[in-house]
Amino acid sequence: MDDSAAEYSSPLRILIADDSDSDRLILKTLLKRLGHEVLDVANGLDAVSVFQREAPDLVLLDALMPIMDGMEAARQIKVLAGERLVPLIFLTSLSEAGALARCLEAGGDDFLGKPYNRIIIEAKIKAFNRMRLMHQTLSDQRDLIRERNRQLTEEQEIAKRVFDNVAHSGCLDAASIRYHASPQSIFNGDVLFASPRPAGGMLIFMGDFTGHGLPAAIGAMPVAEIFYGMTNKGFNGEDVLREINQKLKRILPTGMFCCGAMIEADFKLNQIQIWNGGLPDGWLIRPSGEHLALPSRHLPLGILSPDQFNADFERVGAAPGDRVLMMTDGFLESADSEGNVFGEQGVTGTLDQLEAHDHPFDAMMAAVHRFTGNFEDGDDLTLCCLEMMDEAGLAPLPDRASPSALAGPAEWRCTYEIRERTLGEFSPLPLLLHICMEVPGLRRKSGEIYTLLAELYNNALEHGVLELPSDWKHSPEGFGRYYAERNRRLANVEGHYIRITLHHSLKPDGGRLRVVCEDSGQGFDFRNHPSVASGISPPKGGRYAGRGLLLLKRLAETIRFHEQGNHVEIVYDWQFARTAEDRDD
Amino acid sequence: MTDKPHLDEEALAELRDVMEDEFEVLIQTYLADSRDRIRALREALEAEDSDAFAKTAHSFKGSCINIGAPRLGEICLKAEMAGKESRLGDAPDLLNDIDQEFAQVIHGLDGLMAR
Repeated sequence: MDDSAAEYSSPLRILIADDSDSDRLILKTLLKRLGHEVLDVANGLDAVSVFQREAPDLVLLDALMPIMDGMEAARQIKVLAGERLVPLIFLTSLSEAGALARCLEAGGDDFLGKPYNRIIIEAKIKAFNRMRLMHQTLSDQRDLIRERNRQLTEEQEIAKRVFDNVAHSGCLDAASIRYHASPQSIFNGDVLFASPRPAGGMLIFMGDFTGHGLPAAIGAMPVAEIFYGMTNKGFNGEDVLREINQKLKRILPTGMFCCGAMIEADFKLNQIQIWNGGLPDGWLIRPSGEHLALPSRHLPLGILSPDQFNADFERVGAAPGDRVLMMTDGFLESADSEGNVFGEQGVTGTLDQLEAHDHPFDAMMAAVHRFTGNFEDGDDLTLCCLEMMDEAGLAPLPDRASPSALAGPAEWRCTYEIRERTLGEFSPLPLLLHICMEVPGLRRKSGEIYTLLAELYNNALEHGVLELPSDWKHSPEGFGRYYAERNRRLANVEGHYIRITLHHSLKPDGGRLRVVCEDSGQGFDFRNHPSVASGISPPKGGRYAGRGLLLLKRLAETIRFHEQGNHVEIVYDWQFARTAEDRDD
Repeated sequence: MTDKPHLDEEALAELRDVMEDEFEVLIQTYLADSRDRIRALREALEAEDSDAFAKTAHSFKGSCINIGAPRLGEICLKAEMAGKESRLGDAPDLLNDIDQEFAQVIHGLDGLMAR
């Protein structure tokens, strides 16, 4: 290399110690002629102190000197040099092998015999300088690596703290969820999120980004934001997945993507919906031990453009006691000391041997633990198990934020009207819920508010505007016909609208939300509607399905129909925290 | 006694080449140094310190070889060996040889500088 050749001939600072004045003069002159800076002393003691003060690059030492001889000086200089490599060459006319060996044992690197030969001197100095520079380069690189490593660790710690704030564990601590994730899993590219849905049920997302370290973690941040943000606002799994895919497609470089699975659990309908894109098979496990694979049917997230992306979920019936098990590749790749991997056989083998009382999560963790022998090392696996429960058995999840009762908007009113084609293309529910959630006292009630809004809006759309008879939904054939007709009629909604008015005001012990929902449909004879009249008997073919109206009646203080039945007004009251709890009891 | 020359003309020519203007300073330094060493050898002999005798002879030998006075260097080697083997009985004769050879070296170097 050209520049290193230049470095070899760059001037050095050289210390000479020799008690012979003439020899010292010859050597000093020789070295100066070669372009080096020379420090010279006549005994070992001075050599040590000049070395300490001037830190020369190379030392030439006479072996025999008064006051302190070269051997002792060599020992002390090597100690002072520490990690620095300072070549130390003995100047000697010694010829006895034992004496020469002692010079090297004292820390000398080589000898230079008398008489001095300037060609040999020049060659040796160059050779030792090469060695010195190589050592210097190695030390510098080692220090650099050490420093970079420290920086990287520090950055990862900060990144992890930020990430933990963005991607909190949501409701992973719910009684229905068991999971394992390495504390540093984010830097393996693994993510696991869970959130309750405002309308009830739960959404779980497990993801596995390509790559490791910060690049994998960075992709996880927007996914967490989208997941928690949208789920809280009432969006369903399909919408959340579409948004995640679109975002990752836009921000991730080619070749980087996220294998993932989304589970939407509905405890009311006793069903789960699953979307698996690139993760290992998930499993639905019945209490009997019977199990059903939930394989990947899609490409990972971040690959397909939004118009090619398919967010269709598979629907599977799942009764209380059924469990869904999901895992990342790291789980299958868990290896024993000989490099054999746990693999799909490990999973299916474990599932085949499940006894009725075994929890599949514990069985799976125990199996992989047994297989790898040393589980703590390189823990790079994520496993999650959701158990279907009776909704009534679900403990209410704690509020993340403890809102001050009076902060936020208290007295307000807004009207939002959806018209014509947009009726079929857009759901205003997340937006309306979002507006209501600005009121801290309502935030704890997001599930109830969402249910109210959803019932009102869906009734206005399907039965008011589209005039679909709800009794069609009572038979399987009718169900299909209902949705086919719904789509057909949605294409023909000219002049139609649904108008929702929200009106909030404070009361001494809380607040009151009035929701008025008007639509452009024909209305219905609410005065003779059995649900309205008695509130108990199930209706047949009326505008409101019995369940919907009963739900509204249960949640709201009052419910009133106006005009010809296409104008519904409900009043929903909330109390400040303590009294609200009393009411719930 | 020895067939080594008093002065190594080739080595001295190279030294003159290296030292340039300082060649004369070098020669004067060597001569002053040598007088000190001869005095030190005598003192070591009087003190019957064979170790000091050997070490001084060793150093003297080195500077003689470097300056290009090989025959004086060889006598110094003999003196060093005598010191090492504690044969100080041989020392007076060796010192005598050193004195005589040193005189030759001074003479030769004077001639060289006069050139």
